[in-house]
Amino acid sequence: MTDTTVRTTRHAAPRLRRFELAPVRGVWRHEIALFKRYWRSASFASMFEPTFMMLAFGYGFGSLVAVVGDFRYLDFVGTGMVGTAALFTSVFPGMFNGYIRRVYQHTYDAMLAAPVDTHELVTGEALWIASKSALYSCSPLVVAMFFGLDPAPGMVLVPLVTFVTALGFALFGMWASAIVPSINSFDYVITGVVTPLFLIAGTFFPVDSLPGWVHVVARINPLYHCVELVRHAVFGLKPLADLGHLAALGLFAALMWIIAVRAMRRRLIA
Amino acid sequence: MAVQRTETISIQRATEGAAAISLRGVVKRFGKLTAVDGLDLDVPNGICLGLLGPNGAGKSTTMKLLTAQAIADEGAIEVLGFAVPRESKRARASMGVVPQQDNLDEELTARENLEVFAHLYRVPRKDREAAVEDALELAHLTDRQRTKAGDLSGGMRRRLLIARGLVHRPALVLLDEPTVGLDPQVRAELWGLIDGLRSRGTTVLMSTHYIEEAERLADDCALMSHGKVAARGAPAELIAEHAGERVVEHYGPPERLEAVERLAHAAGLPTRRTGTSVSVLKAETMPHSLIDDLGPDGVRRAANLEDVFVVLTGERVE
Repeated sequence: MTDTTVRTTRHAAPRLRRFELAPVRGVWRHEIALFKRYWRSASFASMFEPTFMMLAFGYGFGSLVAVVGDFRYLDFVGTGMVGTAALFTSVFPGMFNGYIRRVYQHTYDAMLAAPVDTHELVTGEALWIASKSALYSCSPLVVAMFFGLDPAPGMVLVPLVTFVTALGFALFGMWASAIVPSINSFDYVITGVVTPLFLIAGTFFPVDSLPGWVHVVARINPLYHCVELVRHAVFGLKPLADLGHLAALGLFAALMWIIAVRAMRRRLIA
Repeated sequence: MAVQRTETISIQRATEGAAAISLRGVVKRFGKLTAVDGLDLDVPNGICLGLLGPNGAGKSTTMKLLTAQAIADEGAIEVLGFAVPRESKRARASMGVVPQQDNLDEELTARENLEVFAHLYRVPRKDREAAVEDALELAHLTDRQRTKAGDLSGGMRRRLLIARGLVHRPALVLLDEPTVGLDPQVRAELWGLIDGLRSRGTTVLMSTHYIEEAERLADDCALMSHGKVAARGAPAELIAEHAGERVVEHYGPPERLEAVERLAHAAGLPTRRTGTSVSVLKAETMPHSLIDDLGPDGVRRAANLEDVFVVLTGERVE
């Protein structure tokens, strides 16, 4: 290096903080513009999928199993499917949008050339996905009410639960999008991680009915904590246990934020 | 919770003559490949600097280093007074970037693409509408503002890319191969747009591998080869210094071309070889004896920047 003397003229640019809301708002502006184009199809899927699931599991499987513990099976499935909806409406956009925008559309490259840092970009994307998912995930509850689920005041807490859950899974999806070598590798993530998470969360059958070691696995499955919280919100809160469940989901989201940001930074900054 | 400050972006024109960009001993490696190899470069405020070089010379990597989308392994970088990458966010707030790769969102309209970036560039809410209108007008896309970017022609998309980089009226614009792959008519149209930037006082760093583009637009050129600057100066100065005023091109079989080269070199004149010809540079200084030896069949033409580039780097450009 020959000379490091300051030679450029300092411009009166705004003093920018390490984390700012402006880039998050910019990312949301982008998402809202896109959402205006696909909200119909997204809303259709979020309403009709739980309806079909309720018909299949509620009336199909429910004709064999009328009651699970203290609950009607239809109510058990209806509340459990909120967690499933939170998982699917967050992890898939996290994975596929993250990959497509980074690799094919180069949207993230464009944004990072503006005064936007990777952690702000990841936060903006994940918050958007989580917000959308928080609302869509409530649709199984609405559908379940048509199938006889009694409304309860605790239901107003469900969007909060699904938001925190979806935030973690959106970040998990973004992390996965940054570590896979190609889009085809998502098959490993879906089959190897997402499907087992979905099956051992207590959505369609109680975790207690599974072998002992599965209980341990279920406890570290964020979706299990989401399903428990939703059921408690609908059928009666258990404050101490619920704080534990909420803490588990918060910890999961925080951990995923750290690794998603690191992985994205490695991919986006050469 | 930190609240976003409402401080507006005030772009202060820098003192004439001071540098907008400074790179010192910058090295960037990708594995075993050294893309930028000890680069020293200053870009004074208010000029258009053409970063000229063939593919793989390190131009695009240099652009990415300036936006901190690539981090240098060695050396020091300053942009608009801010150390990069440490203060790159502040530098990026006052610069616009037009990438080589079209990364517009095809699903969004021209207007929406600009609105998103007006947010990202912190254009204050009260000024945002006007900033987007101005950018659309600059790119001659006001009539097509409601058209999806994916439905625009190649030239319109490129104009939209430029407008996106200018929506916040930056003090510095990085143009990475702004006209690559475009037909001559569209290219000429974009040259007018870029020329307008320069006349507005915006500092422009433009990478290109088109000689004509550099000659037409750049106040100053840096010829880049193998990750470093091989020569620097105004196009006319570079031509005068390295290629002289006139060039004589000789055509013929390989043995004839070798003979021309041998005779020119013996007289101390540089040459450049193309597929079927040898050009003898600085032909105005050619001694009479050499003119006699070479014969009358040479084609005379004015020296150009391509001659300089080939002489200095041994590489061809378009």
